[in-house]
Amino acid sequence: MRRVRRRDPARTPAALAGAEPGPGFEFTFDGHPVRALPGQSIAAALWAASVLSWRTTRVGSRPRGAFCGIGSCFECLAMVNGRPNLRACLLPARPGDAVTTQEGNGHAV
Amino acid sequence: MPSDHGDVAVVGAGPAGLAAAVTAADAGLDVLLVDAADAPGGQYYRAPAPGLGAIRPEALHHGWSTFTALTARLARHRDAGRLRHLTGHQVWAATRTGDDRVLHALTGPDGREGVTLRARRLVLATGAVERQLPFPGWTLPGVVGAAGAQAMLKSGLVLPGRRVVVAGSGPLLQAVALTLARAGAQVPALVEAAGYRAYGRAPLILAANPDRLAEGARHRAGLARFGVRMLTHRAVTAVHGTQRVEGVTVSRLDRAWRPVPGTGRRIDCDALAVGHGLVPQLDLALGLGCATRTDADGSAVLRLDEDLRTTVPGVWAAGETGGIGGVRLALAEGESAALSVIADARGGRAPARVAALRRHRRRMRGFAALMGAVHRPGPGWPEWLAPDTEVCRCEEVTAGAIRTAVDELGAGDSRTAKLLTRAGMGWCQGRTCGFAVRTLAGPAADTPPDRRPLACPVPLSTLARAVRSEDA
Repeated sequence: MRRVRRRDPARTPAALAGAEPGPGFEFTFDGHPVRALPGQSIAAALWAASVLSWRTTRVGSRPRGAFCGIGSCFECLAMVNGRPNLRACLLPARPGDAVTTQEGNGHAV
Repeated sequence: MPSDHGDVAVVGAGPAGLAAAVTAADAGLDVLLVDAADAPGGQYYRAPAPGLGAIRPEALHHGWSTFTALTARLARHRDAGRLRHLTGHQVWAATRTGDDRVLHALTGPDGREGVTLRARRLVLATGAVERQLPFPGWTLPGVVGAAGAQAMLKSGLVLPGRRVVVAGSGPLLQAVALTLARAGAQVPALVEAAGYRAYGRAPLILAANPDRLAEGARHRAGLARFGVRMLTHRAVTAVHGTQRVEGVTVSRLDRAWRPVPGTGRRIDCDALAVGHGLVPQLDLALGLGCATRTDADGSAVLRLDEDLRTTVPGVWAAGETGGIGGVRLALAEGESAALSVIADARGGRAPARVAALRRHRRRMRGFAALMGAVHRPGPGWPEWLAPDTEVCRCEEVTAGAIRTAVDELGAGDSRTAKLLTRAGMGWCQGRTCGFAVRTLAGPAADTPPDRRPLACPVPLSTLARAVRSEDA
């Protein structure tokens, strides 16, 4: 017997958890609008928009994004409303936030 | 309303801390429960943010009713004024003043407001973080921690990609792969560096822990249903892509976890969720001077007695801090620690429950030791590193640089390697690379873990105020 569930195209995290979120909102990432749901972290909203990196490293200028997902590794540092070095995996997204790729330590040289 | 002074302070509101806090409050003790998150549950019982309106949070968890029973007790005690649950409080140090244990925490909307809390007794339930072994390509966006992928899914209802390979070692990977698949990700393979047959060499331990056997069977059946291939004695030895993950190469490993040349096979994917078990978070305990031991999985864990006392008077610990053992063990240990705290505060005879919990704990610790030994990283894993593989992600220090420090500059331990290369000196303070740097720096097996005076970054102004208040 073949299971229907495996074929279900609507299988999503929200469907699994029965999410009925409040109204979504927008913030910007490097000037482009990104949709977020209430309560989602900036990192979660960026993942939902298929954005996986929002920082470049100080030495090699390599792209980085969320890694540990719990605020321990500091890989997901982002510049939010002009403030650098904020952990995007912990910080809830807010309507109108301006998130920008953090280059290096986030302070202009 | 209880003050900032309690009979007992519990740090961490995961399974162990919750169990400890409600058990202590049941006995009428004045309890402070201090936790960095805004909601109880810790990493294990991490729930979607309230704004996401998840009506089936239990679909993301096993044993959700245990958690809701605990939070119901928590709410009753909070309402009755026996317990203060301080959410959004990141404890950065624990110290001792006279008869009191003192917790220094950061809170407030920006996390920059300093708070000092005092209690006669302290229960540390600070949990664990994922253990990472570096490999070529692991810094490419799309490579995420397995526990991290699960945390992001549980809290934000998001996936790192559509086709996610799960790799590393340990039973957590099965749970992660299954959750990702149920949430809609395609999981082409679960890549396990060890094998599951090694469990079979300890039939008595398995027989004593039928719940763990059943859990394994449930996971494997679920993974089979979603078409997840189980690849054992294999590891990801390369990640493909320039800006983000496009695929991984999986190679066979020998018994020592050395990759076997010529066995690499590519699997296309757009994300890799990877982890090699968990390591306890011991910053606060080490700061207090609690002694450690090396556990079966090679990690430093707290040395605890049967009643969960650390080697420092007035300080108990429960759950993963005493060795990675899972949620049921954490719940039992939290309760045990609280019963010991109650006995310490009130005197009197130990209830019959104490003996039963000790038996449970011994049985479950037996399984934890077996699990740790089966999935302990083999000594040959560094052979999958290339010279340019970054080991310390924060400071961008490569395996080649660490080997040069060890081979040519004579760094014989991780501390010297760190001072010469800056590995482990970045933002995360070696939480991510610590295990790997220790391995690469040499065989000094039983060196105590690094002490970090601050468990998280602290503004200098807060630090200055804390020092002044200690002097006063």
